[in-house]
Amino acid sequence: MPLLTINNLRKSYRTPDGGRATVVDVEQFALGAQQHLALRGESGSGKTTFLNLIAGILKPDDGSIVLDGADIARMGEAQRDALRAANIGYIFQTFNLLQGYTALQNVELAMSFGRGVDRAFAKQLLVDVGLSERMQYRPQQLSVGQQQRVAVARALANHPRLVLADEPTGNLDMRRAGEALAIIRELCTKNGAALLLVSHATDVLNQFDDVVDFHELNRAFDSDMRDAQSPTRAAAL
Amino acid sequence: MSAKPATITDAHSPPARGRLGLGAIVTIILRSLRRHAFSTSITVLATALAVGLVMSVFVIQEQANRAFTGGDVGYDAVLGARGSKLQLVLNAVFHLETSPGNLPWSVYQRLKLDPQVELAIPYAVGDNYQGYRIVGTTTDLFTKYRFDGTQQLEFYDGGRGFDAQRKEAVIGSLVAQRTGLRVGSHFNPSHGVTHNEHDHHHHEDEYTVVGITKPTNSANDRVIWIPIDGIFRMEGHVLRGEGRTYTPKPGVPIPDEHKEVSAVMLRFKHPMAGARLDATINRNGKEATLAWPIAAVMGDLFNKIGWIARVLELVAYLVVLVSAAAILASIYNTINERRREFAILRALGARRLIVFASIVGESALIGLLGAVGGFALYGVILSVAAQVIRDQTGVAIGVWNYHPVMAWAVPGMVALGGLIGVVPALKAYATDVATNLAPHS
Repeated sequence: MPLLTINNLRKSYRTPDGGRATVVDVEQFALGAQQHLALRGESGSGKTTFLNLIAGILKPDDGSIVLDGADIARMGEAQRDALRAANIGYIFQTFNLLQGYTALQNVELAMSFGRGVDRAFAKQLLVDVGLSERMQYRPQQLSVGQQQRVAVARALANHPRLVLADEPTGNLDMRRAGEALAIIRELCTKNGAALLLVSHATDVLNQFDDVVDFHELNRAFDSDMRDAQSPTRAAAL
Repeated sequence: MSAKPATITDAHSPPARGRLGLGAIVTIILRSLRRHAFSTSITVLATALAVGLVMSVFVIQEQANRAFTGGDVGYDAVLGARGSKLQLVLNAVFHLETSPGNLPWSVYQRLKLDPQVELAIPYAVGDNYQGYRIVGTTTDLFTKYRFDGTQQLEFYDGGRGFDAQRKEAVIGSLVAQRTGLRVGSHFNPSHGVTHNEHDHHHHEDEYTVVGITKPTNSANDRVIWIPIDGIFRMEGHVLRGEGRTYTPKPGVPIPDEHKEVSAVMLRFKHPMAGARLDATINRNGKEATLAWPIAAVMGDLFNKIGWIARVLELVAYLVVLVSAAAILASIYNTINERRREFAILRALGARRLIVFASIVGESALIGLLGAVGGFALYGVILSVAAQVIRDQTGVAIGVWNYHPVMAWAVPGMVALGGLIGVVPALKAYATDVATNLAPHS
């Protein structure tokens, strides 16, 4: 049984001229427990909206998002917040670390919204991402690569069943991108979390056995843009 | 490190610690205060000033009212020359203002013999020493006078009451403190009831301090007491008694018809005596004025100047409102720059309520810090004010005497801070997560 099942998911926005533009229209999608899957897609393809829907940050217009038996689409906002805090880790392209907080505090604050602060585990996560000497550093005192590692540790803070990664290596050079991706996958494996990663970088996508072309998945994607893309590798769900 | 995947069921009821998010709220509040330390400090200072001002206004007003109208000054009434009752009370009881004039000695003698008068003590004024008023009186002040119910004037060790036949003086504790006079010290009185730096006219009469009274926390602490005969005989003084001018001669007894008093302090055996004398002296007589009851006379004064107190209260409340507005402005201005922070917190699973509560809590905490600072500031303001009032009137004000404002200042300011915080908190509450988690891909 898949960890995540999506059916007929639709999300549209009101346009400035008063109409509605559909951004996400996914008929079916599934992700197995502890599966690592990559979504290929260019900027503006609706990948972030898709991840935000799965994370419960956005509420869909229609469809279902079932995570381990619970339909996120039917939940109220508070329930979605609680589910996200306890079960979903989110890694952003720009890391989105809290600037006034140390690396350790960034991880612990995420814990405080979920299952409660477990300082020992927070420190262990930072050790695992190679920041044992940088726990008390604030983001601005860390390199870009180190900041991404803090973001990875934070995403794993609440023992999530699912980790969402939105262009997690987009701000890193090739060497650091490879290191960051390895850490993300290693930690997800170690913690038993499934990984759903979106990227347009071929180097990143090549690291995955399971790659889905988001342009194919998302029926809302403009056909002109679809023609402009050339999927290199796709994997069936 | 072991994998401990949670079940989704857990998501609906995470542990209480996480669900309440109190630790997170405290962390967010403290982080924000530290991050905006400068503006926070200014806001806390403004709030402290407001709270300190409000507390000071209320306490000084209440204590001054009580000090001048509530305490037992030891007398029920004051008899003096025809004129203002208020001037009479201020002059004779609080040793302020000038004397409205003198009365013949016979008036005092009549009252002393009145069967309904328990105590009659004559005061004669006209001189000072370094600004401290010299009051001529009788030894009844030390033997029969009682204040605050049963207390009489007590002396520090080695002191005693003056001998009515000698040039001896008893000084109040504040006089001793401020002038440096001690038992055995000598001084020459100056003419007039107020000190004039340019007028160096000192009487030739030299007085010896024989006693220092212990603090009474009243105007008596700033008085120099000498025998009333000493006032009569003070070099340069001319008596008019019953009308004719008379200059006392050394060694020659002064006939009673030439003696005069500035006031007669009265204590009645029964309140009816006051009513009777009030009718006799104030309504039917033309020579004298009876200020009775003393508390009512001072109460009238406070009623008349009550509008000043109201204005001060209004100003204090306005200052509190301004400080509340300062809290609002300081937090509201940070909300825009913190939108991304709120979006990140929400993306991590923080409920809107946590974001809302952290802003309200921050505002309330600024109110709390300001109120605590206000307490300290109040202590400073009251200490200075108490010193000034003590110096000017002799009346002691208790800086930390309980007043209801002390109980509600802190919770009131915290509540106001929290209430004000609702405005920026609503703005933070409405932060859209997705649009503030840039960039999109």
